[in-house]
Amino acid sequence: MPRARVLIRPKAGILDPQGQAVERALPQLGFTGAANVHVGRLIELDVEDIAEVAGMCERLLANPLIEEYEVIELASASAGEPSA
Amino acid sequence: MKFGILRFPGTCDERDAAGAVGRLDGVEAEILPHHDRDLRGVDAVIVPGGFSYGDYLRTGAIARFAPVMESVTEFAAAGGIVLGICNGFQILCEAGLLPGALLPNPSLRFLFRQVRLSVVDPECAFTNACPLTLSVPVKHTTGRYYSPDPVDVVFKYAPGENPNGSQDDIAGVRNAAGNVLGLMPHPEHAVDPLCGGSADGLTIFASIAAHLRASASTPATPAG
Amino acid sequence: MATHTELGLSDHEYALILAGLGREPGPVELAMLSLMWSEHCAYKHSRRLLGRLPTDGPHVLVGPGENAGAVDVGGGLAVAFKVESHNHPSAVEPFQGAATGVGGILRDVFALGARPIALLDSLRFGEIADSARSRYLLERAVAGIGHYGNSIGVPTVGGEIYFEAEYEQNCLINVMAVGLAPHERLTSSAAVGVSNSLVLLGALTGRDGIGGASVLASAELSGGEDAKRPTVQIGDPFAEKKLLECCLELLDLGLLASLQDLGAAGLTSAASEMAAKGGVGIDIDVASVPLRETDMEPFEIMVSESQERMLCVVEPARVAAVLEVCERWEVLATPIGQVTEPAGGVGAFRVLRHGRVVGELPVSLLVDDCPRYDLAPEAPPRGLYPAPARRLDPSASAGETLLALLACANLASRAPVFTQYDPVVGSRTVRRPAEGDSAVLVLDNGAAIAVAIDGNGRRVAVNPRAGAAEAVYECAANLACAGAEPLGLTNCLNFGNPEKPHVAWQLAEAVDGLAGACETLGVPVVGGNVSLYNESPDGPILPTPVVGMVGLLPDPERAGRTGFLQAGDVIALAGRFHPSRDGSEIAKLHGLAPEGELPTKDLGGLAATHALIRDGVRSGVFHSAHDIAEGGIATALAECVLAGGVGAEVTLPDGLDPFGEDLGTAFIVSGPAAQLSGRDGLAVLGTVGRERLVIAGLLELDLSELTAAHVGSLAVALGEGVGPG
Repeated sequence: MPRARVLIRPKAGILDPQGQAVERALPQLGFTGAANVHVGRLIELDVEDIAEVAGMCERLLANPLIEEYEVIELASASAGEPSA
Repeated sequence: MKFGILRFPGTCDERDAAGAVGRLDGVEAEILPHHDRDLRGVDAVIVPGGFSYGDYLRTGAIARFAPVMESVTEFAAAGGIVLGICNGFQILCEAGLLPGALLPNPSLRFLFRQVRLSVVDPECAFTNACPLTLSVPVKHTTGRYYSPDPVDVVFKYAPGENPNGSQDDIAGVRNAAGNVLGLMPHPEHAVDPLCGGSADGLTIFASIAAHLRASASTPATPAG
Repeated sequence: MATHTELGLSDHEYALILAGLGREPGPVELAMLSLMWSEHCAYKHSRRLLGRLPTDGPHVLVGPGENAGAVDVGGGLAVAFKVESHNHPSAVEPFQGAATGVGGILRDVFALGARPIALLDSLRFGEIADSARSRYLLERAVAGIGHYGNSIGVPTVGGEIYFEAEYEQNCLINVMAVGLAPHERLTSSAAVGVSNSLVLLGALTGRDGIGGASVLASAELSGGEDAKRPTVQIGDPFAEKKLLECCLELLDLGLLASLQDLGAAGLTSAASEMAAKGGVGIDIDVASVPLRETDMEPFEIMVSESQERMLCVVEPARVAAVLEVCERWEVLATPIGQVTEPAGGVGAFRVLRHGRVVGELPVSLLVDDCPRYDLAPEAPPRGLYPAPARRLDPSASAGETLLALLACANLASRAPVFTQYDPVVGSRTVRRPAEGDSAVLVLDNGAAIAVAIDGNGRRVAVNPRAGAAEAVYECAANLACAGAEPLGLTNCLNFGNPEKPHVAWQLAEAVDGLAGACETLGVPVVGGNVSLYNESPDGPILPTPVVGMVGLLPDPERAGRTGFLQAGDVIALAGRFHPSRDGSEIAKLHGLAPEGELPTKDLGGLAATHALIRDGVRSGVFHSAHDIAEGGIATALAECVLAGGVGAEVTLPDGLDPFGEDLGTAFIVSGPAAQLSGRDGLAVLGTVGRERLVIAGLLELDLSELTAAHVGSLAVALGEGVGPG
């Protein structure tokens, strides 16, 4: 069974307070070289048909009005977790 | 006259909403569980606040697929009155019954505050008995209203009182037909001066009752 | 296999186990015993002391020993309540520690059959002005409390927070829950009925919170697998909300013979306590317990502290009905064992795996036979705690001093914290935080309860006996300001290592002080909690007994408020007030250690003063009532001005220290001149009016100056929200 990884981010232009909070916090820890921080969600699932995941995103996993999503196919679940 | 109050797993304010509605003469409330498609002949539906399904995934995202929501969608399409409060507003947006979406507060914190609301649309099914400003509490983490398109605004936060960065100070919107309304503030927590500091919220429920009585006495006027 | 010492049992205790059992315990048995004989479960250093607390009273329905206490509030209704600590978990992970603290105390209350209607918190952190870690702990603990309480739909209506350097390494998170039940729904945890089923309700069992017993695990596993053994418990308020509604429906339908929550030591503690109370034995088959991870050992299943679980006893004929209700609430319910006949009067706790016995212990050995130790108290020759940094020059003017007090972390506005909590869900909240000295909640019988929580470690450090008593008096004073008469008390005793003579002395003295104060006021103790070993290499925490109280007032419309109401009202002082500065907030600002003496109380006068305040509020004569606490009478006046948004002009009695403290004894009240002037027990100080606080000969400050100071340090410390969720 293929394993899918869905990355969900706030759409460009939508205020992302979590991203801003992280962006403000990093320099306080000495990391001054980071910009354009955005915080989203990660969903992983085993699916029979990877082609169905986009529909899942449109209807449930993401809200297309405010979020964009990206589906990545991982190695099949039986092969275990990818090392990356 | 009977108002149905939806209850999903994780709903918190259903008793408060039922208690608020019960203060009106001739109106009773019935709790409608999420798993039951039967709306039991109610005259209006309230989708109350709380944390349906723990707000997991996204506020309202899971509740909108509960069986009862299929019936609510049909009820709304037939012109039935539907009021969503806080989490109920989030659910109605997710269900596509209202435009737009609710985003996290810029502070990322839960915020409780008594706020003043301005009634922008004083003649609609939800405001016909309201004064022009209301004092009602807000309590939420995800209440920043956003819509890329123009919307029919019913309530705005009074100038300087926007608690969550909502677009254009929007606190509540209705659909184009005027029979579905969602708002972030909690009118059910402002129905008794003893507990609420104000009873202004009751006028929203009273408006719905008055609208239903008026439509019952005149044949088939569209809501709004 | 791990040894008993690795599991925290002394050689003496292990010898008692060998004698009681007549053999060596097996690994499952040793894990169970080590937890049941821990301080946390057995109260081995405090139980003898706690016997000194009075527990009888005319309103008591359920006293100490059950999941929570309960008092009668009339009309067939009972109010259940308890305070509990979650200090150590919160120091490790403040958000989850505080959140699961809320979840745990709520389960205690609904295990009794009561619907939770209110939460209060008593929190202690290090100095937020100096410590980024303490600011982080504050931010995350408050967020965790809000996350759980808000999400489950129980209002957080009050609480208190103090900041002292001694809590830097050991923050305190004490949470009090209050619930409401019809008398007939009050439920015992005693297991009854041989061959009745044991049904586990709620979340899957994982490796959460397997703390002490993890030594067993690491002895059996190679190093790399230790990462599988988390000790941080994760709270799921959504799961608990379903569990709460499901349990209350099961009780309403009369389907349960008994109910108990799973807390520390998980199934082991819950089942053995149920068996001990019922005088029966219990069988549990660990193979029946639904697991979150497949490869758990029997001992792990028995001691797991996974949250949001309850254990109930059900008659066999009713099991199907129970499972049906649970399915409707989407709550997992699994029969995992049964109640067994005690052999020769002694119940056996048998742990099975697929029907094969993997451990068998007498219930009495688990619950009753742990030794209780007498303390070896010894008064320290001098103060235990160092002087704090000086933050205010003693030569500062009275006006500067008052502003400094209002701005200091212990007295600054709590709004940045309580605006993160839902205070209104449930529609019972008559007084929201900062509106009254107590929270006030209206009941279904038309009456109301007032609830407050108090404790001041700085003053207990000065004199543990007098300081602990003061906590009781101040809590009762807060109730009096609402117009309420105390019905019952719960406490949480937060102390350092009781094996140290000076800490033992603090603990013993404090318990005596609590007992004496409860007797003076006629308030019984209906339950509580003890948290010991709150120590760091820098020393023990300040001794911190925290007192929660529930009182009754007949008419919620007449509930008292803190703020001055009306210009022209007369302001008066009530009570025999003998303030001093040892252990006070001003002494702290001046850089003085918590040493010296606390004022001696006139106990007869104190009870009479509380009655006078209560009656004046109930009759509506007093428009406001506020007890004089930290920061003295000047601070109390400023608080009445700030809460009411209207000023005051007063003259203090000759020689009265405006900043000295004498907690629980005296009050500022206001009301119509015709009714206050000349009234017995009141000394008129001045009048309400204008937008200034004027204390003749001392200070004149605009309301705006007071407000600016009071917004103060908490808002600064909490900022706008620091980090990602």
